[in-house]
Amino acid sequence: MSRLLDVNNLTLQFDTDEGRITAVDDVSFSLEAGEVMGLVGESGSGKSVTAKSIMKLNPGNAIYSDDTKVTLHLESGPVDVMSLNTSTELQVIRGGAISMIFQEPMASFAPAISIGDQMVEQLLIHTDMNSKRAKEVSIEMLDRVGISDASTRFKQFAFELSGGMRQRAMIAMALSTKPKLLIADEPTTALDVTIQAQVIDLMKDLVTEFGMGIIFITHDLGVIAQTADKVAVMYLGRLVEQGPVRDVLRNPSHPYTRGLLDALPNLDDLDTPLSPVPGDIPSPLERPPGCVFHTRCSEFIEGRCNVDTPVFSDINENHRAACHLHTPAGGAK
Amino acid sequence: MTDTTAINANADQGLKEAYFTAGQGQLIWTRFKKQKAAMVGVMVLVVLILSGLFAPFLTPYTPTIAGRDSGYQNGAPQIPKFWDENGFSARPFIYTPSRERSAATNFRWVTTVDRDARRYMTFFPKGDKYKLFGISGSRHLFGVDEGKIHLFGTDGGGKDIFSRTFHAINTSLAVGTIGVFIAFFMALIIGGISGYYGGWIDSILQMITDAVRTIPAIPLFMALSAFIPIEWSAEARFLFISMILGFIGWPTLARRVRTHLLTERNQEYVLAAQLCGASPSHIIRKHLLPSFTSYIIVDLVISFPYMVLSETALSFIGLGLKDPVNSLGVMLQSVTSADVLLNYQWYFIPVIFFITLVLAFVFVGDGLRDAADPYGDTKK
Amino acid sequence: MSDKPLISTRDLSVHFPLRGGGLFGPKPVVRAVEGVNIDIPKGHFFGIVGESGSGKTTLGRALLRAAPITRGDVDYDDGEVQYDLPNINDKELKDYRTRAQLIFQDPYAALSPRMTVRDIIAEPLEVMGLTKSKQETDERVREIAAKCRLNLEHLRRFPHAFSGGQRQRISIARALVSRPRFVVADESVAALDVSIQADVLNLLKEIQHEMGLTFMFISHDLSVVAHVCDHVAVMYLGRLVESAPTRELFAAPRHPYTKALLSAIPSLDPDDRGKAEKLEGEIPSPTNPPPGCKFQTRCRFAQDHCRKVEPKLEQSGSEHAVACHRWQELMESQALETT
Repeated sequence: MSRLLDVNNLTLQFDTDEGRITAVDDVSFSLEAGEVMGLVGESGSGKSVTAKSIMKLNPGNAIYSDDTKVTLHLESGPVDVMSLNTSTELQVIRGGAISMIFQEPMASFAPAISIGDQMVEQLLIHTDMNSKRAKEVSIEMLDRVGISDASTRFKQFAFELSGGMRQRAMIAMALSTKPKLLIADEPTTALDVTIQAQVIDLMKDLVTEFGMGIIFITHDLGVIAQTADKVAVMYLGRLVEQGPVRDVLRNPSHPYTRGLLDALPNLDDLDTPLSPVPGDIPSPLERPPGCVFHTRCSEFIEGRCNVDTPVFSDINENHRAACHLHTPAGGAK
Repeated sequence: MTDTTAINANADQGLKEAYFTAGQGQLIWTRFKKQKAAMVGVMVLVVLILSGLFAPFLTPYTPTIAGRDSGYQNGAPQIPKFWDENGFSARPFIYTPSRERSAATNFRWVTTVDRDARRYMTFFPKGDKYKLFGISGSRHLFGVDEGKIHLFGTDGGGKDIFSRTFHAINTSLAVGTIGVFIAFFMALIIGGISGYYGGWIDSILQMITDAVRTIPAIPLFMALSAFIPIEWSAEARFLFISMILGFIGWPTLARRVRTHLLTERNQEYVLAAQLCGASPSHIIRKHLLPSFTSYIIVDLVISFPYMVLSETALSFIGLGLKDPVNSLGVMLQSVTSADVLLNYQWYFIPVIFFITLVLAFVFVGDGLRDAADPYGDTKK
Repeated sequence: MSDKPLISTRDLSVHFPLRGGGLFGPKPVVRAVEGVNIDIPKGHFFGIVGESGSGKTTLGRALLRAAPITRGDVDYDDGEVQYDLPNINDKELKDYRTRAQLIFQDPYAALSPRMTVRDIIAEPLEVMGLTKSKQETDERVREIAAKCRLNLEHLRRFPHAFSGGQRQRISIARALVSRPRFVVADESVAALDVSIQADVLNLLKEIQHEMGLTFMFISHDLSVVAHVCDHVAVMYLGRLVESAPTRELFAAPRHPYTKALLSAIPSLDPDDRGKAEKLEGEIPSPTNPPPGCKFQTRCRFAQDHCRKVEPKLEQSGSEHAVACHRWQELMESQALETT
C-alpha cells in the first residue's frame, strides 16, 4: 500500500461572535491508499471540521495554525493542501482527487437539475470526457451502486428518489470522477437500519473495486466495526486514541473510548444497566485545560490531567492513546 | 495555543452567564452592535428623526410663504463666518445682500453682497410663531440680528431652504410612518389569519393579496391623484397619500407574516404547548407573536425607505403633495428645471438629506436583518 | 397494579387525506396506522419499533389525541378516570392532557427559544391551571427540575445555553411537571450523542419507577429498546407485525421482518462482517401499499398466499403475537437447520 494522505498538526479555530473557538487541536493522522479510516466522535468533537479541512472547505472565519500541514500524495506528486488558495488550484482536490458524501443527500443535489445532469456536469469539469461519454459513465455508475433502471433514474430529480436511493446516487456521483480519497460524513446516519446495512455493503464493495482511501466519519461504533480498517477517536477537537479497528474496539485504551463502548446498549447482555459517560459535553466556549476529557473522566488524576495536555503513547505497534494513564512519567497508576 | 484556550476557558464567568441568560432581543442587539455601518446608520437616523421632529425650533423661519424673505429670492446660501478682511468676531456673522435690477444688469435680478454690512447671528431669538407638540413658541435655535439668514439659500419664492428641508424630513417621515403602520396592521391581520388558520381561508386571502400585488402602482397613483378634489387642504391630501401608500404596501409584508406563521406553527414547541391544552390565543400570544416580532421590526425598517421613496416619487411626478407642503418629494421636484441646474445649485441640498435618510434606513434594516437571522450568518 | 391495561386499543386506524388526486373518485389517503390492537399495562415500559414510515409516531400521537383517530376504540383507564379517547369531550380532553404527555425527539425544536427554562417547564402548569400561586408553580418547577438532574441555578437561562443532553432533560421535566400517568417518548434519545443517550435512558427508567409512570417508548433503535422496554411491538407500514416481551422477542423473533431488523444492527465485532441477513429494497409508500402481507415485497419467504391474503396478528404464546402466515413453518425449518 502506498501513502495517500498525511495530516500533521492540524489546528483550526473559528472566529465567532462569542469569541475564538478551537474546533480542531493538533490532530495528526495518515491514510494509505485502499484503507478505510473511521473517524469517530460525538457532536462538537470536530470530526466533520477535520475532514473538511482536508479539502479546505471550512468557512471564511476559519483560522489554520501555521504548522498545519496536509499533504495529499497523488501520482503527479505530493500536493500541499494548505498552500492552495484560488478556486482553480483547489479544483485539483475538490471533486477531483477528493470526493465527499454527506449525511443528507437531499442537500447535496441541486433541486432543479436532474441527477444525471449534475453527474455529467461534474465529469465535464474534472475529466476530459465529452458529454456523450460522461453520460455513459454516469449511467454505468448509477447501475454499479445498485440503482435499478439507471437510465430512467438518470433523468429524475433528487426529490423523486427515496432516502436510500438518494444516498446511492450521491455515492455514484462522488465516485464517478474516480477520486483517490473519499470523505464520507455520516453517510448512513439518516437511513433506516435495513437501508444502512445495504449502503455499508455497497461501500465495502466499492473500496475493493476502486482501491481508494476512505475517511468514514460517524458517531456509531457499530458502523465503524463493520467498515473501517483503522479508527481515530476524537473528543472536543483532539484525537484521543487511534489504531487498527480490532485493537481499538477490543482493547480500548483511552477512558473516553472505553466510556463510549460501555454506553452502547449491548444486545447480547440485557441485564447490565447502561453506564453513561458522566456529565455533559462542555460547550466549545468552555474548553477544559489539560486533557479535554478530564471533566468527565472516572480515572481523572488531580493536578495532572487538568494541567498537562497528554501526548500520544504507544499501546502496541500501531495503537496509540493520548492519556496520562499510559505515560510513565507521572507514574500515578 | 493551549495557553489561549486556558484563558478562554477561564474567561469571566459573569460575562458567560450574561450570555446564557440573554433573551433573543439581547442576542440580536449584541450582534447588531458589532456592525459598524448599521450603527452609523442608527446614529444618522436618530439625528435626522430628531431634527425632523424639532424642525420648527431648529430652523429659523416658517417654511411656507408666510416665512418668505421677499428681498432675497433664489438667494445663494449664506455661510456664517468668524473673520474676514475686516477683522475677527467671536460671534459668527453673515453679510447683507442687496438685489438690484436695472439696465446695467440687463434687467435681471442681480444680488450683490455688502461685505461691510455684517449681520451677526443671534441664538434663541424670538421669531415666527410655531406649535411643537401642542406647545406654542416663538424661540428658534438661531437667527440674525437684522434681516434674515439662509444657510441653504432660498427658493424662487424667497422661502428658506434650510427651514423647508427640515420640515420636509418631518413630513416625509410622517407619511412613511402612517403608511408603514397601515400596511403593517393590514399585513398582520390578513397575513396572521391566513397563516394561522390555513386551508381555504388562506387560499382566498392569498388570491386577494396576489390581486393587489398585480396592480401597477404608477397608474393607480395617477388615477387616485386625479380623484383627489382640488379644494382638499394640504393636510387632507397628505393623509390620503399616506393611506394609499399603506394600502399598496401591505401585500409583501402580509406574505412574509403568513410564511413565517406557517413555518412557526408547525414547530414542535407549538405542538408541545397544544398538548398541554393551551388555547389558540395563548399560543399566538406566548409563542407565535414573540417568534416573529424581530422579523416584523426588521421588515418595517426595511419597508420604511420604500414608503419615503414612493411618497417622493409621487410628489416628484406631481401627483402627491404640492408645493405649499414641504416634503422631500416636493423639494426634489423643484430641482428638475434647467434653470436650477445652471444657476441655483443650492436647491440640491435637500437631495443630500434625502439620500442620507434612505441610506441610513437601508443600513439599519440590513444590519437588523443580519443580526436577527442567525442563518444568514456566514460565520457558522 | 390492577389487571386492566392503562391504554387499550382495538382496530385503531389513522388515515390522512392527501391533497390532490382526481377531481372525481375517492381522494387518496395515507393509511399511517391500520387496525392496531395494543394493550399497555400500567407501569410498563412499552416499546414501539419500526423504520421511518412505519406509523409509529402517528400511533403515539393518536394515543395522545394529537392525531385524528379515523376508526377504532382507544380506552384509557388509570384507576381514577376512564376515557373513551375517540369520543372524548373538551372538558375531559383538558383533563386527559394533564394525564398524558409527550417527550419529543429533537431537543432543539421542542423548546421555545424565547422562553427561559423556568417558563418552559412552568408553561403546562400555567396553561392547565394546576397551581394556584406563583410560589406553588416555582416549587413544582424546582421539584421536577431537581428530579431531572437540572442545575436549579440554570432555570433563568434560555435554551440556547444548553447542550443536547441538558435540553432533553429540560423537555422531560416539562413533560412530567403536570404529574402525568402516561408518557409517550417519541425517539427521545435518537438525537443525542451516545455518551449522553445512556444517561437520559437511565433517567427515564429512574423516573418511571419513582413516579409509577407508564411509558410508550417509540424508537427505531432496537438495541436501545431492548435495554429499557418490558414489552416490544414491531410495526411495519402501519401494521403491528409482532409483539412480545422484550427478552422473548430478542431471543426468538418470529416475524421475518423482526429477524431482518435484528440482523441489520451493525455488530461491534469487526470479525462479524457480512454475516448479517440483508433485506433487499425499501419500505413501500403508505399511499400505495402492496396487497396481501405488507412485508411480502421484501420478504425472502413470501409465497402466493402471502401476496394475496393479509395475515392477522395472532396470539402465538401467552404474550407473544405475530402477523405472519408462515412463522411456524419457518421456526421449524430453522430449528431443523440448527440441529
